[in-house]
Amino acid sequence: MGIALQLLFTGLGIGSIYALVALGFVLIYRATNVVNFAQGDFAMLGAFSMVVLCIDLEFPYWLGILITVVAMLVFGALFNLAVYYPLRNRGFQPVIISTIGASILLENGVLAAYGPRPQALPSFFSFQGFSVGPIFFDSQYLVILGVTVVMVTLQYLFFERTLLGKKMQATSQDKEMASLLGIPVALMIMLTFIYSSALGGLAGILVAPILFVSVGMGSSIALKAFAASIIGGFGDVTGAIVGGLALGVVETFGSAYISVPYKDAFAFIVLVVFLLFRPQGLFGEKVAEKA
Amino acid sequence: MSGIVSSEAHKPPTERRTGQGRDLLIVFIAAMTVVAPLLLPMTAYYLNLLMQASTYAIAVLGLTIVLGYTGQINLAQAAFFGLGAYSVALGTVSFGLPFWPALFAGIIIASVAGVVLGLTSLRLGGHYLAMVTISFQQILMLVLTNWISLTRGPDGIPGIARPIVFGFSFADSGTYLALCVGVLWVVGFCVGRLKHSKLGRAMQAVRDNELAAGVVGVDVYRTKVIAFTLCALFGGLGGGLFAGGFTYISPDQFGFAESVVFLTMALLGGVRSPFGAALGTALLILLPEWLRFLKVTYLAVYGGAVILIMVFMPRGIWGFLEALRQRLCPLAVLPVGRVAPLPLTTQVAREDGSIILEVNQLSKHFGGLKAVDEVELSVRRNTVHALVGPNGSGKTTLLNVLSGIYKPRNGQLFFDGQAVTRLLPHERAGRGIGRTFQNVRLFTAMSVLENIIVGAERPGNEVTVGSTGVEQHALAALDFVRLAELRNQTVQSLSYGHQRLAEIARALAGSPKLLLLDEPGAGLNTVEKSELVQLMKRLKGHGLTILVIDHDMNLVEQVADRITVLNFGRRIADGPQAEVLRNPEVMAAYLGNVKTHVAP
Repeated sequence: MGIALQLLFTGLGIGSIYALVALGFVLIYRATNVVNFAQGDFAMLGAFSMVVLCIDLEFPYWLGILITVVAMLVFGALFNLAVYYPLRNRGFQPVIISTIGASILLENGVLAAYGPRPQALPSFFSFQGFSVGPIFFDSQYLVILGVTVVMVTLQYLFFERTLLGKKMQATSQDKEMASLLGIPVALMIMLTFIYSSALGGLAGILVAPILFVSVGMGSSIALKAFAASIIGGFGDVTGAIVGGLALGVVETFGSAYISVPYKDAFAFIVLVVFLLFRPQGLFGEKVAEKA
Repeated sequence: MSGIVSSEAHKPPTERRTGQGRDLLIVFIAAMTVVAPLLLPMTAYYLNLLMQASTYAIAVLGLTIVLGYTGQINLAQAAFFGLGAYSVALGTVSFGLPFWPALFAGIIIASVAGVVLGLTSLRLGGHYLAMVTISFQQILMLVLTNWISLTRGPDGIPGIARPIVFGFSFADSGTYLALCVGVLWVVGFCVGRLKHSKLGRAMQAVRDNELAAGVVGVDVYRTKVIAFTLCALFGGLGGGLFAGGFTYISPDQFGFAESVVFLTMALLGGVRSPFGAALGTALLILLPEWLRFLKVTYLAVYGGAVILIMVFMPRGIWGFLEALRQRLCPLAVLPVGRVAPLPLTTQVAREDGSIILEVNQLSKHFGGLKAVDEVELSVRRNTVHALVGPNGSGKTTLLNVLSGIYKPRNGQLFFDGQAVTRLLPHERAGRGIGRTFQNVRLFTAMSVLENIIVGAERPGNEVTVGSTGVEQHALAALDFVRLAELRNQTVQSLSYGHQRLAEIARALAGSPKLLLLDEPGAGLNTVEKSELVQLMKRLKGHGLTILVIDHDMNLVEQVADRITVLNFGRRIADGPQAEVLRNPEVMAAYLGNVKTHVAP
């Protein structure tokens, strides 16, 4: 029982990371109808930025985090301009391929610059955590869970309570109508990329101390985050969060009780099961093409 | 049907002769490239490079089918390649099989994996497919690396055998390369031929407009699964030959990065032509050798190249060259020879006024919106039946339910005496329901004639079998709408009015018993509209039944025998034209409440 609870705690922590990256997927998908295959690399960039700033340049963590988040905001804008914007009128396939190209470029660019050796980033706090009964609450996992809850709440308030959030929602629902109402659609999409990039970067910052920071970490996280968003119901914000948490838990239990080498396969097996039996996911995507 | 002329009559003789000359030239070049490795002395380094290029190109040709023709993404081609390679490696080394049975097993295993993957994911959108293929790729890598007792893990498998045919050994690298190049040409030829076959046209129709493809009679799901399976098959074949060529393989040769390399090769060369596949593969195999100075960054350059190709050269190098050629020598307007009449009357001339389409209590809701609300409708044979109503009254939704694009919430549909409520769009097309769309949906990258041929190839169409029979039938349909001269043009070069006519011709080529026209007059000028009216009258004269939606009451008055009026998803009037047009409720729906102005 104690072990199970411990695994649950760990699983939720990892799941939060998937949820954050999945949120980025979903937001961009809702705004552009395209899946951004470089979403996981945003996390990779965030993590590497922390390594460069806080280990190589020995900045304090708070400064490293601040610089990383700002850099990711800028990066999101550049990404939008280079990878999405020129192809915005050409259907989803060219854009998907273009984001795949971006993903290869980012991963191998970082590889060329930093080499293949995985880097370790120490935990944010020297305080390791505390025990309650048989469960050890690791401080880094607590930070991850806490930040995820705060981000999800802020995002909810932003989209539901602010005018800008409503404009972005309108853009994702009907671009043509939104532009007729005077909403600058291109700018709204740019803002979506900026926010998603920062969200991905934040996931990378949070996960850096518990995983090794490596070039391949992005695509591995992205694949699971995407699986999570399908499980939750693609295009659904709640689904992305629930799916991400669920996947983290499944994976942690799977590697504890079934097989460690095949740890990464569980996400895909769950994904295939969902695609077969409930392709609309837990919360369901509305699928209807207008003729 | 005595008036069928041979296809020779329509093609100027020169067109045919140059075509033959080109074919001969290609065969000659093919023979030369196969013989060359046998005669030319080559260093082991170049032999290896060419062996890699030819086996990779076979796998890339698979992507030509799935991505280029069918428009579906496959990010696991390296996995299929690996399945073929591991089958040959394990078959010859661990299980002591000869080369050929091992290769055959590899092709089968890869194809089966392709079928299973396709069946599970192709019903869903392109994103899902991309992600499922990546998942498959990752799982296979995990298995290859971790199932050491079978695959020998990361160390890989050395000592893979090369084949022997009738005592003739391919052990020498030169002869083995000749074999690979020979297979490449055969596969390339098949892929090239596929493009202009019924299956190939169906694939391209799915790529260009999935919705229209279904309505025209293409089984979209089946076509996608076949394309995906063929892609996996060629991946397995290429991989099997690759294993024999290099005699050593290990898991890292078949990772996700390699899948992306395959994809890039296809895109760079030009994904819609087998020549593009070969060109892209050759370039990307040779380029890294020439660009050795880039070293670690070359994969990053790859990634950047993918983005640049998508932005600046979306059709790849070969597509770019083809577009250039077309600009230099544009397609001429072809004079039409004698065209057989379109055999419309043979099946539908039954002027007995019986009901061909019956709609019972049909409802379709979108969330809380009752777009179609318990509508009743009967369309009689050999009539023009108009469905009218203000914007948002549910006309197009009803049409979409009729052609099977939307599933109704409840209610029944009977067509030609049989229930069709549960049939898919292509099955309804097979029963003889043809349609056009409000916003023209043609297969934009295909020629006008090819568009019509797809329509003629609907299941159950009574057309002379064989390519000329279908082509003649399509030409007859095109001639019926007076567009036969433009048959070789691309659809995009047609004027809007002509595009509308081409869409009608596509439906006619399927010899429909019932033709659904969704606002055929929208966007047409007065002359084009009167031509449309004439066309509809001619169609009716041939015994065709038409259900037409239009806003233009003038047009409706000229053609309609009966009218059904919808408002807010409900039927508010139904009957002969004159009666319905005088109905006060109809006038209110159209003009507001104008009771005082009603004529006596």
